[in-house]
Amino acid sequence: MNSDPTRLDSLWSPNRKASKRSESIVRFIFGAFALVSVATTIGIVGTLIFETFEFFQEVPFWNFLTDTQWTPLFKSAKFGIFVLISATMLTSTIAVTVALPLGLFAAICLSEYATPKTRQIIKPLLEVLAGIPSVVFGYFALLFVTPLLQNIVPGLQGFNALSAGLVLGVSITPLIASLSEDAIYAVPRSLRDGSYALGATKRETIISVVLPAALSGIVSSVILAVSRAIGETMIVTLAAGQNPTLGLNPFVPIMTMTAFIVQVSLGDTPAGSLAFKTIFAVGMTLFLITLVLNVFSFWFVRRFREKYD
Amino acid sequence: MMNESINTVTTPEPALRTENLNVYYGSSLAVRQVNLDIPQNKVVAFIGPSGCGKSTVLRCFNRMNDLIPGARVSGTISFRGENLYAKTVDPVELRRRIGMVFQKPNPFPKSIYENIAFGARINGYKGDMGELVETSLRRAAIWDEVKDKLRESGLALSGGQQQRLCIARAIAISPEIILMDEPCSALDPISTLKVEELIHELKQQYTIVIVTHNMQQASRVSDLTAFYNAEALEGGSKVGYLVEYDRTTSIFHNPAEKATQDYVSGRFG
Repeated sequence: MNSDPTRLDSLWSPNRKASKRSESIVRFIFGAFALVSVATTIGIVGTLIFETFEFFQEVPFWNFLTDTQWTPLFKSAKFGIFVLISATMLTSTIAVTVALPLGLFAAICLSEYATPKTRQIIKPLLEVLAGIPSVVFGYFALLFVTPLLQNIVPGLQGFNALSAGLVLGVSITPLIASLSEDAIYAVPRSLRDGSYALGATKRETIISVVLPAALSGIVSSVILAVSRAIGETMIVTLAAGQNPTLGLNPFVPIMTMTAFIVQVSLGDTPAGSLAFKTIFAVGMTLFLITLVLNVFSFWFVRRFREKYD
Repeated sequence: MMNESINTVTTPEPALRTENLNVYYGSSLAVRQVNLDIPQNKVVAFIGPSGCGKSTVLRCFNRMNDLIPGARVSGTISFRGENLYAKTVDPVELRRRIGMVFQKPNPFPKSIYENIAFGARINGYKGDMGELVETSLRRAAIWDEVKDKLRESGLALSGGQQQRLCIARAIAISPEIILMDEPCSALDPISTLKVEELIHELKQQYTIVIVTHNMQQASRVSDLTAFYNAEALEGGSKVGYLVEYDRTTSIFHNPAEKATQDYVSGRFG
C-alpha cells in the first residue's frame, strides 16, 4: 500500500506529534477547569457533612427532630429544627401559591395568546422583574407591602410571613413563567393542528392537549422555583423577622432557616462553638431538602417527558 | 364505476365546490383560480410537484389556513352548497364536519383510548364512550392490534399504527369529509398498504380528499385526480394552479394536457 514509507513519514509525523501535544495540553486545561467546580462542590458538601457531624456529637439527633423550640443562643439551648422548617415551608407555600398561577397564566398568555408585539414588550419586562436584586424585594415587602396589608388584615405584625411570602412569590414568578413558556412553546405545532382539526377550540386545545404535553417542563419549572424560594434569604430575613416560632400563622414574625444562618453569620460567633456548628446543621438541612426536590424533578421529567421527533 | 363520465359524477350536489379560489399568504399569491367539484363518496387525489399548492387548497377545506397568520382566500368554497368562508360559519364547528389526517402522524401524548375519546368529548358526545372507541378503532383497522393496550400512550405505537390511530380519531367524530395531507409519506410500504386499504373501506361512508406525492398511490386509491403545477413569477416566488382535473384513469392514461402527461410519466417533478 505504501510504496514510499519514508516520504509518508516525512509528510505526516511532524504534524502528528505537534497535534498530539496540543491535544493533551488542551485536554489538561479543560480538565483542570472542570475539576475546579467538582472540587468546590465536594469541598462544600464535605465541610457541611463534617461540621454537621460535629454538631450531632453535642446535640442528640432526636432532639433536633422533636424539640418544639429553637433557642441555640440561649443558656438553655433548644434545637428543634422544625421551628425553622415550618417557617421556611410557610413562606415558600405562600410564594408558590402566588407564583404558580401568575407564572403559568403569564406563560400561557405569552406563548398562545400574545401577538408578537405584546410578546416583545412583556418578555423583557419579566426579565427585568427577574433581575431585581432580592434585597430590594426585601425592603419593598417590609416598607411597602406590610403597611398596605396592615390596612386590610388587622393585627398583622410588622414582621410577618404573609408579606414576605407574597413578595417572594412575585420574585420567583419570572422563573416559572419563563421556563413554563419554553416548555409550552416546545409542544409541536402538529399536536395543536391535530386538536383543531377535531373541532377543538383554542381553550380546549390549550387545556387538554398543550398543557398535558408540556407537563413535565412545567412541573420542573415549579420545582426549581420552590427550591429557589426555600433558599431565598434576603426577602425573608428582612420582612419575615428573626423570631423562631413553631406554627403556621402567617401574621406573626417567624424565622426561616436562611434567616437563622444570616443572624448567626453576622454575629461574632467564634469558630468551633456550638452556634457555629448549628449553622452548618441548618445548612445541611436546607441542602438535603433542595436535593430531594431536584432528584424528584429529575425523576419526574424522565418519567413524563414525551419525545417528539 | 370508471365508465361514469365526470359530469354525471359531479352533477347532483358536490360535497365541496371551489369557484375562482385564490389563496394568499400575506401579500403573495400562493394558488390561483382553482375551480373544482369534489363529489360525494368519492376519493379525490391531489397530485403535483412540491410547492404547487395542493396542500394549501386542502387546508382551505377545513379552514386550517385560518391558523396561519396572514393567510387569506378569495373566491368561494362551498360545502353542500354553503359558503365555507361566510361570516356565519364557525371554523370550529366546520372542522368537526370536515376531518383531517396529517402528513406526520400526530397522536396526542395521551392513552390510545383518550386519543379517540378527546374529539368526541369536546363535541358533546353523550353515548357509550367505550363503544365509540371500539367502533372507531375497528373501522380504522387497528382494533386487533391495540385492544389489549388501550390505556397505553398513543406515542408508543409504530408510525403506521399511529397514523391509523389518527384516522380512527378523525372518524370518531363522524365527519362528512376526510382530508388527508400526504398520510403515507412518513410510513413504510406495508403500513402504506394498510392505510390505502383503509381508504378503500372508508370510501363507502365518507368523501375523501387525499394529497399525495406518490403517483402509484393516487392511481390505486382515487376515483378522480387533480393535477396541480406551479409557475415561477417575476421575483422568484411561485404560484400554484390547477392544470387538469378528471377521472383518475384519464389523468394517468389519457391526459388532455402535456404537462400532466409529463408529470405522470415521471418526466418532471
